[in-house]
Amino acid sequence: MSDKEKEKKKGTNISRRSFLKGVGTGTVAATVAPAAVLVGAPEKADAQTDEAISTAEIQLNINDQVYQIEVEARTTLLSVLRDGIDTEGNYVDLTGAKLICDKGECGGCTVLVDGKPVYACMMLAMDAQGKQITTVEGIANGDELHPVQDAFIQHDASMCGFCTPGFIVSSVALLNENKKPTLAEIKDGLSGNTCRCGTYPFIFDAVETASEKM
Amino acid sequence: MASWGEASQSRLIGKRITRLSGKDKVTGKAKYTYDINRPGMLFARILRSDVAHATVMDIDLSRAEALPGVQAVMPLTEAGRILRYQGQEIAAVAAETDDIAKDALRLIFVELEELPFVVTEADAMAENAPQIRDWEGNQSNPGINEQGDVKAGFEEAAVTVEATYHAPVQTHVCLETHGHVTEWTDEQNLTVWASTQAVFGVRNDFARRFDIPANQVRVITEHMGGGFGSKFGPGVEGHTAAQLSRITGKPIKLMLTRKAEHLVAGNRPSMTQHVKAGASSDGRLVAYDMRGYGTGGISSGAGFQAPYVYHVENRKTEKFNVATNAGNQRAMRAPGHPQGAFAMDSLMDELAEKLGMNPLEFRRINDSSEVRQAQYTLGAQEIGWHRRNTVPGSGTGVKKRGMGVGSGQWGGGGGRGTQARVTINADGTVEAVTGTQDIGTGIRTAIAIIVAEELGLAPTDISVKVGDSGPGLPSGGSGGSQTTASVAPVIKTAAMAAKQKLFEHVAPLLKAPVDDLRIGSRTIYVASDRTNTVTWNQATGLLGQESISEGGNWDQELRQGGVAGTQFAEVEVDTQTGHVKVLKIVAVQDCGLAINRLTTESQINGGVIMGLGQTLLEERIMDPQTGRMLNANLEDYKVPGTYEIPEIKSIVFDTHRKVTGVGEPPCIPTLGAIANAVYNAIGVRIRELPITPDKVLTALAEKA
Repeated sequence: MSDKEKEKKKGTNISRRSFLKGVGTGTVAATVAPAAVLVGAPEKADAQTDEAISTAEIQLNINDQVYQIEVEARTTLLSVLRDGIDTEGNYVDLTGAKLICDKGECGGCTVLVDGKPVYACMMLAMDAQGKQITTVEGIANGDELHPVQDAFIQHDASMCGFCTPGFIVSSVALLNENKKPTLAEIKDGLSGNTCRCGTYPFIFDAVETASEKM
Repeated sequence: MASWGEASQSRLIGKRITRLSGKDKVTGKAKYTYDINRPGMLFARILRSDVAHATVMDIDLSRAEALPGVQAVMPLTEAGRILRYQGQEIAAVAAETDDIAKDALRLIFVELEELPFVVTEADAMAENAPQIRDWEGNQSNPGINEQGDVKAGFEEAAVTVEATYHAPVQTHVCLETHGHVTEWTDEQNLTVWASTQAVFGVRNDFARRFDIPANQVRVITEHMGGGFGSKFGPGVEGHTAAQLSRITGKPIKLMLTRKAEHLVAGNRPSMTQHVKAGASSDGRLVAYDMRGYGTGGISSGAGFQAPYVYHVENRKTEKFNVATNAGNQRAMRAPGHPQGAFAMDSLMDELAEKLGMNPLEFRRINDSSEVRQAQYTLGAQEIGWHRRNTVPGSGTGVKKRGMGVGSGQWGGGGGRGTQARVTINADGTVEAVTGTQDIGTGIRTAIAIIVAEELGLAPTDISVKVGDSGPGLPSGGSGGSQTTASVAPVIKTAAMAAKQKLFEHVAPLLKAPVDDLRIGSRTIYVASDRTNTVTWNQATGLLGQESISEGGNWDQELRQGGVAGTQFAEVEVDTQTGHVKVLKIVAVQDCGLAINRLTTESQINGGVIMGLGQTLLEERIMDPQTGRMLNANLEDYKVPGTYEIPEIKSIVFDTHRKVTGVGEPPCIPTLGAIANAVYNAIGVRIRELPITPDKVLTALAEKA
């Protein structure tokens, strides 16, 4: 072993490439939803094998609107909502749902999928096909705010407001299931959402007020 | 001289007014930096060191550069340089999608030679510890302060307490991570959407960095997802974004990952205090001797307040900083105060107990603040202080209850440096513009309230434009709880000047002298003949082509610094699980004139909850074996969630009619109040934060 090689062995050798070699392409193939139609996209190549990454053109129903969009197998629903560009070249631009923790810990990206609250960062876009997706942008009825939204404003249940979309969606989901939740049930229903400014007490008040009006 | 007038005369100021940004925030329309999507925008990511201390031997960017979809790769360090903490920047990539940017980071080959590291204070201070900085040793020279005669003080003392108090590093956990969207409109003009607490500070920084005139940088912060003191400058990530924009000719979005946010975007330094203090038999603090230190990471200081709030004639303090291989501290909500308050309020209770005195009485004797004296009475009534255990830990059953009290102080008096304009248009619309930023505290709404009050309108009638350097009306950064007290006087005087101008237009029509005119609800009337009126829109209609647009000025008399606060806590400790549940916090917060009582209460709630997190949950855990942070996420780094939230009774203690900021002070007294309540419940003192179940159970076991 040459001196140079010894030195290298001694040092920390962060070679991310060799790590990826083991897990890269298999993951892509394995997570493709059966419903998806795969189309090769020659301009996108896998980082390790130089093979084309498969993408699929899918339809998503979001807030009663159909979006035609090309996704990779790994593309999350949240990524489509926030960064996605439809096949016409327009941003989907539904940026209400936020990526905060990126791993299902904070609820900032909560959306309704067939009426149930789901962390959009934890759902693959392909798995959202054929489902009714409602984001915070779709909670109001046109210009008429949902009682939860009205109550959040009335009680000052947002400060910086970054977590607010997630809390709105979770609160709507809670009240859809339980029309008159107790304080303990409100805490349960919103326990998957995190706020750092400390709006919780006023969120609890807001949900209570909204429940009286629903 | 301007004044805010009598409370009874105020139509809006001091009332509960909902936020102007409320509708945008609840519908998802509010656009944060992180939400900005520009045509042709690229996504950038930063490769960071995953070790605590290493020399860079080699960086190979070629494979990342060759990846389809990657448009730029740039090194942020070079061979031979030393990386001194986990998370330090190595290289950056810009790519067509965020996923491609992630892939590209994995294709960067970095060879590092690891160096010995220290990531805990104990390791850094150990004999033969590796010295991790070539410009200074691990321990800074101590700052020593001595007043009075400490030796004589201890001789006078009837009781003494010797104890060590510790608070670990806490991180800010801004939900919107630090980041920017950058776009060069040409070689000399840069537009930046920044998640910042200082729009103009960031503008000036970019101008210096890229050597372009300050007025050719536009910084926009329409909404901002939390800063808590950590977002005053662009940082490496901001400069990198703008550089990548320059290289690619395209807009760049670069937001930190959650992990990087914990590692490099600031933290509250740790604190360790070895204290000996004495009190006289009549309950006076007579001597205080403290040696303490903390770590603020690789190069920053770790200051804290000691002694805190209470007066000690004879005192000696010796403080020093300990360097560790970790990301640097930044200002965090009331820097130095909460941890100082935790130690001091714990110490106060320990002394009181030795004296056989009610801790509240002991505080009354040693607290020279008249405001807090009144707050002690109010808070004690509200919590039901008489219900506390006179003998700590004497409650029966598995779950034991207790009560405690804590105190705090802050400045928040504002300062010069804000320019603002209030414009009245012929169609009756009104705009208020200034370069401050609404970081969630509600300054946008406070501005609307002030202008609306002055002009007889509703807050929703006022179009408030903040968070944009474009109009060229500078204001300071939002730090030190200074925003409202800095901005309010300038907005108020601008609105007064605009009103005066409007009166001059209206006076001939009403055939009355200008100084006989008054504002009513959407009307202007003559004071001496109240039937002689014009409507707001008739009045502004007189303006024709010429809008009124007036600036304001800094008026000392409209603001005041210095606030006091007191909090009482009631807790329930499960002696089988060690779990501490806070049942109720009474927060009595001095805040001067609260422009908006609703958002002021929000601030108090928020402070209390952040203080609760620091007391019971939050701790950056560093692994001494690997040099890495073990909980750089939101699952293992615990911030308060719904289950932790107690009943919070916030009492807005507005003692005068001058504006004071209140963003920071309510997070201070919470720590001592809860820690003392835990002691009152179980009769064992926990001197190390956070007060987690393991510590409670260990303490109970040691007592038994």
